[in-house]
Amino acid sequence: MTELTLSKAIGTGLHRALAEDDRVVLLGEDIGTLGGVFRVTDGLLAEFGSDRVMDTPLAESAIIGTAVGLAFRGFRPVVEIQFDGFIYPGFDQIVAQVAKMHYRTGGKVRMPLTIRVPYGGGIGAVEHHSESPEAYFAHTAGLRVVTCSTPQDAHTMIRDAIACDDPVLFFEPKRRYWTKGDVDEDASYPLEKARVVVEGSDVTLLAYGPLVQTALDAAIAAGDEGISIEVIDLRSLSPLDYDTIEASVNKTGHVIITHEAAEFGGMGAELAAGITDRCFFRLEAAPQRVTGFDIPYPPARLEEHFLPDLDRILDAVDRVLGRTNSLTGWTK
Amino acid sequence: MQSTTAVIDRSAQAYPPAVVQIGVCMSTAVSAQRQQVALDFESGDVVQLLDPAGNRLADSHYDPLITDLTDDRLTALYEDLVIVRRIDTEATALQRQGELGLWPPMLGQEAAQVGSARALRSDDFVFSSYRENGVAYCRGVELVDLVRTWRGTAASGWDPYTVGMATPAVIIGAQTLHATGYAIGCKKDGVDSVAVAYFGDGATSEGDVSEAMVFAASFAAPVVFFCQNNHWAISEPVGLQAVRPIADRAPGFGIPSVRVDGNDVLAVTAVMREALKRAREGGGPTFIEAVTYRMGPHTTSDDPTRYVDPLQREEWAGRDPLARVEKYLELSDEVAAGIAQRADRVAAEFRAGCLELDDPEPLSLFDNVYATPHSGIARQRSRYSAYLEGFES
Repeated sequence: MTELTLSKAIGTGLHRALAEDDRVVLLGEDIGTLGGVFRVTDGLLAEFGSDRVMDTPLAESAIIGTAVGLAFRGFRPVVEIQFDGFIYPGFDQIVAQVAKMHYRTGGKVRMPLTIRVPYGGGIGAVEHHSESPEAYFAHTAGLRVVTCSTPQDAHTMIRDAIACDDPVLFFEPKRRYWTKGDVDEDASYPLEKARVVVEGSDVTLLAYGPLVQTALDAAIAAGDEGISIEVIDLRSLSPLDYDTIEASVNKTGHVIITHEAAEFGGMGAELAAGITDRCFFRLEAAPQRVTGFDIPYPPARLEEHFLPDLDRILDAVDRVLGRTNSLTGWTK
Repeated sequence: MQSTTAVIDRSAQAYPPAVVQIGVCMSTAVSAQRQQVALDFESGDVVQLLDPAGNRLADSHYDPLITDLTDDRLTALYEDLVIVRRIDTEATALQRQGELGLWPPMLGQEAAQVGSARALRSDDFVFSSYRENGVAYCRGVELVDLVRTWRGTAASGWDPYTVGMATPAVIIGAQTLHATGYAIGCKKDGVDSVAVAYFGDGATSEGDVSEAMVFAASFAAPVVFFCQNNHWAISEPVGLQAVRPIADRAPGFGIPSVRVDGNDVLAVTAVMREALKRAREGGGPTFIEAVTYRMGPHTTSDDPTRYVDPLQREEWAGRDPLARVEKYLELSDEVAAGIAQRADRVAAEFRAGCLELDDPEPLSLFDNVYATPHSGIARQRSRYSAYLEGFES
């Protein structure tokens, strides 16, 4: 057990992957000499050399596209997209090539790419540096989409993602990069599986990535008012672990989904539909979503109004339980 | 010389030798955008070893690269040209008869494809567009595998690893990056295999092609960019994609380039061999612009009479890639008949294979979406399976 930041936990995961499999190669902008703008790949160039840790020219489509070619040749590329909002120039290569190659070739060509994407807001950044584009990729057949919320998962999941024979979009909650936690390098947990972080009996609160901590804070605050919230860290967004979700909702009868990404067509919409389909007769209220608004990511001085926070989650708890809002006095 | 029919307008161009405006009857109605970048045989910037009249042109630089191409070997290449044209014709017929949903003819581009593909080793790897069926034939793709996609029975036709050729990329230009990545991988593996990207003039406007050249140059990747400038991207003339010869772009990326008469199988072989040698010896990428002409439609769904000038097409018909080899070799009737007979046999086998392709099983819909189990797909498969079973009981 070692105490690591989430960022360092990914770094040690990458280190292990590079050390254990010589077909693993890292590609990205500024990942070598600089160690990445978030220092996730710090020290890897010095140890493994520029053949394994490649600083690339600034072209996201080419970073993904050349990784496709490397995968064709049996490499296991790990690509870093510097910021969430920079992924779109690579969108075609991801959704039209990476995602479809295994299907297109009848299973002859595998695409064991891992595409690392620091994502989400809360860091006071400028445009294109705070986005949550996960739903685009979860919507795309052929891709797996996962996201971590703790240093332990960061380490375990990046190694599992790299080992996976399918392409994996690995979303890293950038505002939690400096969260510290114990990491057991030998721990294991299925990549597809959600995790019940805190058990509860009144409300199921589904969160992932940066908002898992916010959800935990909300659960503690609600607990003070005698409401028992079960927090589930989804971990995998494609596929979704409906077994775990279903078991929880069947227990609580109330569900709240929270994410930073916009509400419309987001993960919350899929979850609400999937849960309604599976747990319709057990639900006591409509699933509630606490999400970013359907607007472009706002300027930094407005992001506190955009990002779901503890109070907005508690407001949803009140709504889903039909209670009076303890702050505003409003009723559902 | 074919270019006697062209009016060379040198006044408006910074690099006039290679840019000509075809003086055709349509020219008064043709906007500046539709100006043609055409093959200018007189300017001397296009490699040609066998002219349309069948004359062998001496070239001190390229002749040493093809000394092994004796008349016998050239006859074998000629047979390839005949066969791929025959396959192409048969596929168009199959589409017209309703057996294929679509077909992208390569008529006119046979020499560019055969000459370049026959220069490859089996350990080289091709990343192509959808029109490279002549390349696929030369790589050893089974005839029936050429039409699986076009008949709609499979997402693509063959196992890339058995023939050293990826199945076609339909997104224009995307495969140039795959070739570059594969080439970088060859270098990492310490082998002298080469990756080849085939694409057209239209693709050169795509960002991926420029990005591929940046990456290939930066990493000195052993990749050959083989651009078949067939003058058309569906209805758009090459002059809309480029106001200067396409090959001129590559040096700006630090990549040597060459324009070759794409209808001259000898010249294409020679420039391809030079590019492959450079790549194998660590000299990095090369850009080849094979100047040719798409004699048919973009695909069988296209109507080129709406945009192709018949005089321009006729001019290119005079530069046919097969005719010049016939003139040069002066094959006996017996040899020519033997080749035609073999081509017919290939076409018959091709047709028979196509007609035998049955519709896939419905539940194969869900196969190979992922390489490892995926609970979401498993659920949909199981539900759809139960739904289908409902009709059987």
